[in-house]
Amino acid sequence: MGLFRNDLSASILKSRVGISGVGILLCLILVSAFTVIFIPLDTYKQWNNPSSWTLFPRSALPSWVNVFLVKKIPEHQLLENTQTAIQTGQDTRKIIQNFETNYSFDYFPNDFIYQYMVEYQGTPVLEFDVTRPDGITLHLLSYSLPDLKSKSVFADKVFSTNESIRKNILLASDKFAFPINNMPIEEVIFSKLSMHEVLKGKYTFVIKISTTDTQSAIHDSKLIIGGKVFGLIGTDEQRRDLAIGLLWGTPLALFIGITVSVASVLSGLIYGVFAGYSGGKTDESMMRFNDIIYALPALPFLIILAVTISNSIFLMIGFLMIFGWVGIAKVSRSMALQIKNKQFVEASKTMGQKRSKIIFKHIIPQIMPYALASIAISVPAAITTEAGLSFLGLGDPSFPTWGQILHDASTHGAVTRGLWWWVIPPGIMITITGLAFVFVGNSLNSSARIKS
Amino acid sequence: MGLRRYLATRGIILFCVLLTTLLLTIMLVGSNMDIILKKGVSIQIRSEITENKSLMSSFKDTKELDQFIQNRINDRIKNLGLDSPWYSPNRIALSMYKIVTLDFGHATFLSSDSGSSLVSDIILEKLPRTVLLFTTATIIISLIGIFLGALAGSKTGSKIDKITSSFAVISGSFPVWWIGMLMIFVFAFTLHLFPARATPLIPPNDPGYIPSLLYHMTLPLITIVLIGFGTWAYLVRNFMINVMQENFVAVKKTIGISKRKIVFQSALKNVAPPIITVLALSLSGSLGGAIITEAVFDWPGMGRLYFEAINVMDLPVIIGATYVLTAFFLISIFVSDLLYGYLDPRIKTI
Repeated sequence: MGLFRNDLSASILKSRVGISGVGILLCLILVSAFTVIFIPLDTYKQWNNPSSWTLFPRSALPSWVNVFLVKKIPEHQLLENTQTAIQTGQDTRKIIQNFETNYSFDYFPNDFIYQYMVEYQGTPVLEFDVTRPDGITLHLLSYSLPDLKSKSVFADKVFSTNESIRKNILLASDKFAFPINNMPIEEVIFSKLSMHEVLKGKYTFVIKISTTDTQSAIHDSKLIIGGKVFGLIGTDEQRRDLAIGLLWGTPLALFIGITVSVASVLSGLIYGVFAGYSGGKTDESMMRFNDIIYALPALPFLIILAVTISNSIFLMIGFLMIFGWVGIAKVSRSMALQIKNKQFVEASKTMGQKRSKIIFKHIIPQIMPYALASIAISVPAAITTEAGLSFLGLGDPSFPTWGQILHDASTHGAVTRGLWWWVIPPGIMITITGLAFVFVGNSLNSSARIKS
Repeated sequence: MGLRRYLATRGIILFCVLLTTLLLTIMLVGSNMDIILKKGVSIQIRSEITENKSLMSSFKDTKELDQFIQNRINDRIKNLGLDSPWYSPNRIALSMYKIVTLDFGHATFLSSDSGSSLVSDIILEKLPRTVLLFTTATIIISLIGIFLGALAGSKTGSKIDKITSSFAVISGSFPVWWIGMLMIFVFAFTLHLFPARATPLIPPNDPGYIPSLLYHMTLPLITIVLIGFGTWAYLVRNFMINVMQENFVAVKKTIGISKRKIVFQSALKNVAPPIITVLALSLSGSLGGAIITEAVFDWPGMGRLYFEAINVMDLPVIIGATYVLTAFFLISIFVSDLLYGYLDPRIKTI
């Protein structure tokens, strides 16, 4: 067995196509491992929960498009505080947090949101200021948080559309050389004084919370500067980070493809070999049953099964297996017919070995190279079929598979609206995964053919 | 086993498959079908009674009215035979008999363009369009495929062979519907060459309908051909390689017949049987794949009908369409068996 395995790996690595197949496959496995280990499991459980994606931009381009653009599109930034200072007095406490960003884009940001969660007692005051690259500090907001009689947690958001911020900014209107009355607030804050153009450089947003409670603390605090590009792949209409969807799609696709193909090839192999070895009436009736399954129209049936029984991903894998084993069974039967007349099989038969032992010890190992190739070659079909079903909206919506992402893209009219980053990457992932398995399978197949 | 006996067995098997498919479909959607039928009956009776003013005024209170309606519903359900459970052999046999005789009944939600709600009318309207698109595509694919495959197979290892083979492997890994989305994006929305939706806006009885339909057909046609011909060429190439190694080719070469003549006249004739078999199979296979492709391009054929029926759970249409798709699939398997038996003399003598 060891010799046989070395043989196979050597034959794959001999062909260039085989090497590239194995290479892509390794990359995909690494991506899967990375996803499972480093991306929090929560992100895929929350995939369909819109409230967990509110901080992300809607339909944002991937951020690398800026490389190709002369005028840079603002990036959507989720800023964590860079510095926290706590001043505790006798019966007062002041918490100061700084958020710094180097704004070097050619367009104004969409908006900004400050999201926080504070634990306190009494009535603290929140102050919000920004220091611009030219040294001017604009006061944005100061307001008192609701009165809490006992110590508890308060969470809220401050939006750039806040009316008090607008009023405070209008107080500084004499600093600007152009009328700012009707401008969105972020276009004033990020503007040059002399004209209405983006002032590039380092902005520091400062949050001050002054309380009468010495035990108060900020638990969570984020500043979001809204932009139009985000992450490696961008985001979709529901503000979901597509990179995370694609990452989770990788282990899912590998799982679906490999489970379906291994299970259906192995069951087809055993079915075919058993029929071929038994011969006679058993063979005849088993092959007739095979003919019936072979002639069933697979896709309409898969659709009906998904609609009437369940679209759970595990059942779907089962349904795909129902249609997957038939071809392999036919081929392995004809191989078994050839092998069963060879001398070593005859010999072990006359030695009185059991039928099951002959099948598993003598016949199946002979067909194994072919079976391995078939497993690799039938993976892409399983992946594309699942993706196709998901694309029709019949997939398991709780898992972000690539087909599911494309389904969402098509229902939101991504094609007509030109949201290419939503459509192209999932398809490329499906194709690359399919190609990797086909490459490996083809080189396995040719080596199996040479041996026989 | 003679050819006739071989075809008879195949025919019987395929008919069994047809019945099995039908039985499975009915079993799968039966319980839902039952609920929908019963709901339909109760809605029908309620509206019948509420529209009858004189009957309505004869009731003293709503309790009496409800009682009356319930009785009428129960009567009707009994008359229609819906009182026995949907899995009772009688009802399954009855519905199978109806469908085998092409009586699909009325659609629950969908209707044909001409407004008929008869499932058979709807299917008759959509089927020709699917056949038009996919048969045209398959014929173009096979022509390109045979030509390229013959070229590649006669010169193994040449540049054209390498390009054909690698194109076959690569194009086979793309999902057709995804390429369809990209094609729509590029040709319909960026270059404005073709319409994005494949359904013409002109009503079907307008004289301009057919040209418009053909124009709308271009983009899906190009996409299907683009994805399909590589695999075909690869198949023909492999058949061709086997034939080119045979003695008669070598003899013809030594006589001095030009290679082109050998490839396109003698060798192609020899690979015809498997090619025609595959052609018959892929014609029917394309009908199954039509579901997703038509959904992407919005082509008003069987595939989209099936997709729409699934979306609104229009069960009579689902059953009818599955039956017709299966029947087509099986007929083409049978035809390919027939052709194979006719073209390959070895089958006759088995």
